Amino acid sequence: MTTTDHPTPTSATAAFTSEGAQELDGAAVTSAAELLHQRGAVLRMSEAEAAAIAVHVDEGDEFPSVPVDETMIINMGPQHPSTHGVLRLMMELDGETVLRTKSIIGYLHTGMEWTGEELTYLQGPTNVTRMDYAAPLFTELAFSLAVEKLIGVEVPARATWIRMLMTEMNRVSSHLLFLATNGMDLGAVSMMLYGWREREQVLRFFEKVTGLRMNHNYIRPGGVAADLPPGWRDDVLELLETIPPRLDEYDILLTGQPVFRKRLQGVGHITAAECLALGVTGPLLRSTGYAWDLRRDDPYLAYDELDFDVIVGSYGDCFDRYAIRLNEIRESFNIIRQILDAMPAGDYRVQDKKVTPPPRARIDESMEALIHHFKIFTEGYKVPEGEVYVPVESPRGELGCYIVSDGSSNPYRMHVRAPSFVNLQALPHMMHNGLLADAVAVISSVDPIMGEVDR
Amino acid sequence: MSVAEGDAVDGDEMPASPGPVLRHGVPVSMSRGQEVLHPDREHWVPVATALFDEGYLVAVDLTAVDYLTHPGRPLPDGVTPQRFEVVANLLSHSSRSRVRLRVQVPADDAVLATLTAIFPGVDAAEREVFDLFGVTFEGHPDMTRIVMPEDWVGHPLRKDYDSGRIPVQFKGPAPSR
Repeated sequence: MTTTDHPTPTSATAAFTSEGAQELDGAAVTSAAELLHQRGAVLRMSEAEAAAIAVHVDEGDEFPSVPVDETMIINMGPQHPSTHGVLRLMMELDGETVLRTKSIIGYLHTGMEWTGEELTYLQGPTNVTRMDYAAPLFTELAFSLAVEKLIGVEVPARATWIRMLMTEMNRVSSHLLFLATNGMDLGAVSMMLYGWREREQVLRFFEKVTGLRMNHNYIRPGGVAADLPPGWRDDVLELLETIPPRLDEYDILLTGQPVFRKRLQGVGHITAAECLALGVTGPLLRSTGYAWDLRRDDPYLAYDELDFDVIVGSYGDCFDRYAIRLNEIRESFNIIRQILDAMPAGDYRVQDKKVTPPPRARIDESMEALIHHFKIFTEGYKVPEGEVYVPVESPRGELGCYIVSDGSSNPYRMHVRAPSFVNLQALPHMMHNGLLADAVAVISSVDPIMGEVDR
Repeated sequence: MSVAEGDAVDGDEMPASPGPVLRHGVPVSMSRGQEVLHPDREHWVPVATALFDEGYLVAVDLTAVDYLTHPGRPLPDGVTPQRFEVVANLLSHSSRSRVRLRVQVPADDAVLATLTAIFPGVDAAEREVFDLFGVTFEGHPDMTRIVMPEDWVGHPLRKDYDSGRIPVQFKGPAPSR
């Protein structure tokens, strides 16, 4: 890095980095706006306006505010088993009722956006795939689409359809993971075993195609890393045969089960307007009955050529979010069936020598191919100057990739809009006036992946 | 969209019409087919409010870029490049369109008004920008670090933050048992 006369981290910057605690403070020392925010209000007002209505909110509340010395602030996580990794929640409780919530994140922060600036565009997918580790192909896809948009390269049809096949499979495996952990969080431990079992089948397919169960680095700028292996169609058909009957078993095990329904119905309620204000996307937004799915509403890849439904709920509670994910698996299989019929022949990556390394066989016989291979893997390829934002619909919501290029072979800035990061902001709202035991169900229904939250 | 389609479909070239194209009184450019508004800091909140009233109800994303080592980026006429740029992506569900806002923030006065009063959802994103870039958002209810530890020194995504040259900041062990 060039040294400049800008403040170094140790001198002038230090003066204005003393910004105070991240933890949830006592109600007496918290500002009115922040207090309302932590109680779950979706605020569009100034501090003065908040202070003016804070009193009235307390009066009209179902659970009137209790004296500060009668509430308790407790800490949940970061090592709590139901926090899906290292999410830490601080909650103010009145007895068993949650009054205020604040999520404290950053325990998995490894500076992946910085790492993205240090790696070339060719190496980029290796980095971004580790963000959302339950749905790694989506981050790779968003990154690759952004780079392709910057270069202005057209990807072959087969690569596009392979990408759709793989990401839909990934949606299935991610939602199966949700079903497993959601069941476990609510005490349905057998569901956890079933969910992992089915997910493992999908991961075995991934391993066959990409070489890895997770963190595939399979979708790359210009296409995909390798063509589908021989026999892939049989593997997909086998998955299409074995998993849907098991989804019906889940229905018997969970959906119609009164204890399970009582744990979820009416818990963690949120409305569409609140979701939009908070920027919440994905199954959370759709659970309110608001049909917004980027695959249909802002089609990327070739989703406009497919026929599928957007699954919506009606009450915006945890049960709707469970049901949406379960039925999105079915819808994904519906999409995969159409992809099987329509999978075109052709190249799996673009044959533009600027971005594509030569085939392995050519390297042994051609000096130019060897040089070409060496140059692409050491220097990378240059991407024209510009900035671009590309969104895709990940299992958790809108996953966007914002890339600024300065014309070199590394991104100048690589930012990922992680859906879990934004969706977590709905937690205080969904938990307010709920029971502590329901907090676990609410966290689970958001399905946050902390690797993507903290990046 | 008030900007004519086909002004600049691909590429980042500025509109060819005489004088900069304006929308809500601020210069507009096209970036890879995406409309980008360039308000200055005074117009940051008014433009966001006007877009909200127009139907851009969701602030999908808010982030920042430190242009310290790349000052010569293309910008429309009338926009003075500064070191920091805060970038917001707005989405209108009704017209199914997106618009991007890019505001220049100087390094010696890295302060910007908050958008949380219009889009409560940028709360965490603004905290992240503050944490990683050191751009302070005036009026934000809880301007604290979000991903770095609260006693961290410096803002890691700044381009002059030396990676690998300073010892990693860890708290030492407890002084005695």
